[in-house]
Amino acid sequence: MSVAIGTLAGREHRVPAPSPRRRRESAAVRWTIVAIAVVFLTIFLVLPLAVVFMQAFSRGVRPYLGALTHPDALAAIRLTLLVAAISVALNLVFGLVAAWAISKFEFPGKGFLITLIDLPFSISPVISGLVFVLLFGGQGLFGGYLQAHDIKVLFALPGIVLATTLVTFPFVARELIPLMKEQGTHEEEAAISLGASGLQTFFRVTLPNVKWALLYGVLLCNARAMGEFGAVSVVSGHIRGETNTMPLHIEILYNEYQFMASFAVASVLALLALLTLIAKAVLERTTQHS
Amino acid sequence: MIPGFGITLGLTLSWLALIVLIPIAGLFLKSSELSLDQFWSIVSSRRSLHALQISFGLSLIAAAINLVFGTLIVWALVRYEFPGKRIFDAIIDIPFALPTAVAGIALTTLFAENGWLGSLLVPFGIKVAFTPLGILMALIFIGLPFVVRTVQPVLLDLEVELEEAATTLGASRLQIFTKVIVPIITPALLTGFALAFARAAGEYGSVIFIAGNLPNVSEIAPLLIVIRLEEFKYSDATALAVVMLLASFTLLFAINRLQQWSEVRTGS
Repeated sequence: MSVAIGTLAGREHRVPAPSPRRRRESAAVRWTIVAIAVVFLTIFLVLPLAVVFMQAFSRGVRPYLGALTHPDALAAIRLTLLVAAISVALNLVFGLVAAWAISKFEFPGKGFLITLIDLPFSISPVISGLVFVLLFGGQGLFGGYLQAHDIKVLFALPGIVLATTLVTFPFVARELIPLMKEQGTHEEEAAISLGASGLQTFFRVTLPNVKWALLYGVLLCNARAMGEFGAVSVVSGHIRGETNTMPLHIEILYNEYQFMASFAVASVLALLALLTLIAKAVLERTTQHS
Repeated sequence: MIPGFGITLGLTLSWLALIVLIPIAGLFLKSSELSLDQFWSIVSSRRSLHALQISFGLSLIAAAINLVFGTLIVWALVRYEFPGKRIFDAIIDIPFALPTAVAGIALTTLFAENGWLGSLLVPFGIKVAFTPLGILMALIFIGLPFVVRTVQPVLLDLEVELEEAATTLGASRLQIFTKVIVPIITPALLTGFALAFARAAGEYGSVIFIAGNLPNVSEIAPLLIVIRLEEFKYSDATALAVVMLLASFTLLFAINRLQQWSEVRTGS
């Protein structure tokens, strides 16, 4: 009675074919459950999202654009793009390298290594910022050295990049590792035995096999990098026009009761989140049909 | 023989050490400058204890609420057809993708006394924004996808034969749910619960706008760490961070064990 379960078969295809007579709850139970689910999701997910755009456009399009093109907002957008570009690039390379080591070879302590890579997921963002304050701050371990050589890490770009990179550390790696493990090493072994070099094998065999998972990992990593608040807040020093990223700019505007402007900047990040989710849905379908 | 083992593992370990392990080790090193008495007096001060209690206590309640409603939502998404189902399924991940500061100001506006939802609660004398109840709302928001996305694949893969066999043997729907389905999805439920709890306990951005941030009333532990840092009380911030990190490690260990159990239980 049930549809065959394929590894890459889509969700819809994996749903067992229902035999309505036996497997259905009464209509009353069904509709109660659906109603509760819909109300809960509306309160917690739909309405907050709607509020962002309603508030952003509450005074029309012109003030909205005005808030986005304010010099401080533009500086925040530029800094956010720069930080995300660096952090995502770093974690993209790390993710590929780590996934190659973990999925193509057997070695002791592999499970522990994966746990360590996942570690930043379970650390409070505030602590992810604090650790760098303790290393590079005035009283920190390297604080004296940095001051003596006039190198600024905290309250400057390097600190923001470090904190963002730590927070987004696992995103690419954990999308790749399960998939590359599942794909095994047969194709790579075939390529090597036919005379391909390691790099050729990686670029011509492995990379095409994981491109969609890689893209999704990068998108998630990017969304989180652009939106990171707690860790960046701790290391940035909140210098307007200089070390404020978009989330920090949102906070400052909000605390100054400039709600419309705050939500205008927030709407850009909300749109980015929505685009990320749409891309996810599209990628899921692409991998299902291939 | 596939090449690159030495260099990729070497790079992985070095990068991991540089970005994650050394900074965290630095935190523990800093905390070792404190004597045990000093550490204890910081952690057991009224304000610290209260902040930890708020963060962990409310996170536990939020995770429990997500466990119940998350399971209901998964059930509706997997078993039933209803209008807008695909869209609801897609937006479950909003709390993953939406920056926490954006979620924070949106929830605050929504639950403020003049907000869409807050104004509905005023006649009942219920205040959400700027109270611990507001913190709870933010923590529910942030934890929901962890429960849904952990339980969903397990319920999708549930073999229909089991339920049919139970039906043939004369079990009612309720009996099938409690005796057949719940035992199978329990490891996933607990994993989702633990993930939601861990995320909520450390949450900062989505909470601080709606919390009100009154010391001893609605101040979460991550905020107290930030406040201590701004006061240049580095040892206070470090001691609190160590407590939270140890809690995270314990939870991470528990989650790992739960996932192993889950894999055994579902045979994947």
